[in-house]
Amino acid sequence: MDPTTSSAAAARWEHFPHGADVGVRGWGATPAQAFEQAARAMTATVTDAEVKSHDRIKVQCEAPDLELLFVEWLNAIIYEMATRSMLFGRFAVRIEGTRLTGTLWGEPVDVARHAPACEPKGATYTTLKVAEDPSGMWSAACVVDV
Amino acid sequence: MDLARLTQVDPTTWRIEPHGEMRVLAIVYADEALVRDIDDKVYEQAVNVAMLPGIVKASYAMPDAHWGYGFPIGGVAAFDPSEGGVVSAGGVGFDISCGVRTMLTGLSAADILPVQRALAESLYEEIPAGVGSKGSITLDAAEMDAMLAGGALWAVEQGWGEMRDLERIEEGGKMSGARPEYVSERAKERQRREMGTLGSGNHYLEVQVVEEIYDRAVAKTFGLAEDAVVVTIHCGSRGLGHQIGTEFLKEMVITAAEAGIALPDRELACAPIHSEVGERYLGAMRGAINCALANREILGHYARRVFRHYFPQCDLRLLYDVSHNTCKVERHAIDGEKRDLFVHRKGATRAFGPGHASLPQALRDAGQPVLIGGSMGTGSHILVGRETSEQKAFSSACHGAGRALSRHAALKQWSGRAIVDELASKGIIIRCPSMRGVAEEAPGAYKDVGAVVEAAEHAGLARRVARVRPLICVKG
Repeated sequence: MDPTTSSAAAARWEHFPHGADVGVRGWGATPAQAFEQAARAMTATVTDAEVKSHDRIKVQCEAPDLELLFVEWLNAIIYEMATRSMLFGRFAVRIEGTRLTGTLWGEPVDVARHAPACEPKGATYTTLKVAEDPSGMWSAACVVDV
Repeated sequence: MDLARLTQVDPTTWRIEPHGEMRVLAIVYADEALVRDIDDKVYEQAVNVAMLPGIVKASYAMPDAHWGYGFPIGGVAAFDPSEGGVVSAGGVGFDISCGVRTMLTGLSAADILPVQRALAESLYEEIPAGVGSKGSITLDAAEMDAMLAGGALWAVEQGWGEMRDLERIEEGGKMSGARPEYVSERAKERQRREMGTLGSGNHYLEVQVVEEIYDRAVAKTFGLAEDAVVVTIHCGSRGLGHQIGTEFLKEMVITAAEAGIALPDRELACAPIHSEVGERYLGAMRGAINCALANREILGHYARRVFRHYFPQCDLRLLYDVSHNTCKVERHAIDGEKRDLFVHRKGATRAFGPGHASLPQALRDAGQPVLIGGSMGTGSHILVGRETSEQKAFSSACHGAGRALSRHAALKQWSGRAIVDELASKGIIIRCPSMRGVAEEAPGAYKDVGAVVEAAEHAGLARRVARVRPLICVKG
């Protein structure tokens, strides 16, 4: 399997190249599922190792449209990663109008085991796109500054 | 970049003539080979910057320009508040005041080699690097505000640095106009335990040896000679700067529309300098500059402690400390008239020429040291600002090699272990928590820094003084 792409199920994620940084993209049957997958892609920029679901964190965010909400979501995760020194491997998202409620499952960073390759600093508006394709599949993508 | 869309002025100067909504022209400083390799996105971004209100003279791209966020990385633009000029969170970037400092050790390579491996281990132990590393400093609310207002001066007052360093840091080590009260609680929370940490990605601490001198007179003034060993640190304002950048980018996207500013790209989010948001951003951003200056001062102090352990007589003297992601108010002469401009340098280094009043007496006749980070294999360069720098791009030069390949592409091409082994065979010790991180930062993923600095010299942005090669590289 390509180390930078998940298995080719309906819900999946990938990385795509950007100059000095890295793009994350998630697909799913709903925007919420696409957001969850993109979050997994972001964690995979940091580590290839398994991230255990020891702790559960709730986040909330709000933005006027789905694309800005996607950036808010990733930035909310980055904030929790940074201030708690944790990595998250599993995500659940609920979107109601302009509000998002997310659950993150993860564990404290273990430098030896996770061997973190980089540190996401912020999600950006570069190549930002949340869209539904003709088959009804949603994707959510943007570049993350690392 | 498509040469057909550029007008060549001389071998290292290319114009993009104003078209569409551009208020001024754009200028790219690079030789033909570099221009060909520069991403088309840089063309687009340099053109977009030229559309912003109040821009003066031109939108500039340095020889190491690459695809950034809104502004190209390697972008320089100045705005005049009296002409509706703007300040742009995207034009400064996320890692506010990210920069480079170089310290002189007074040692030679022969002193380092017998202890090279042990020294590398000690630096790796003492300098918190990478995700999950823990700094030993925790700031309470009052200390946080004092740090944001005081910068490197604050660090020195806490005992993490030396008073004599300050005159060799831009702004004397303390950026005035910082407003800690404009920095959000979330930004402060991200920084509470981050002081004195290196961060990750392309940030590093290197022990380097001078391999080549280009300008002997200036090198002597700088304290550089062949075989001399220096310590160079590349890092920025850590979580605090990123959080400020993120928050104001979001806010400015909304307020720019309200202010009637049409953004060609959301990442160019900006606000009039004389607006409530603009002034709030400037106050917070200057706090982040102080955070970066304090952080590099503390890391320099840690490096001093390690060196004193191995070399009790050694006192690391600061050559200079530059920031390459900033917006600063500077006085520049435009058609003979002195004007106070808000100069954005996004991945670009200030390069004041000889005689500039902000330079300490010892450096004033020579000009400002311009510190250019390369990759861990190819080495770095020390340049000096020159008389022509001012006319070319508001006294600015390049900041690094610039990436040639994405992390994604680098990962496919190289293994971290192979790179560590290959560099070890060349006498370079790499210490990094992640082999994948090493692969993503592979020397081959970067442009030829030699070509970049040669183009900068030819274009009159800065002159080469010395080339250094790493002996030890600690990466986050």
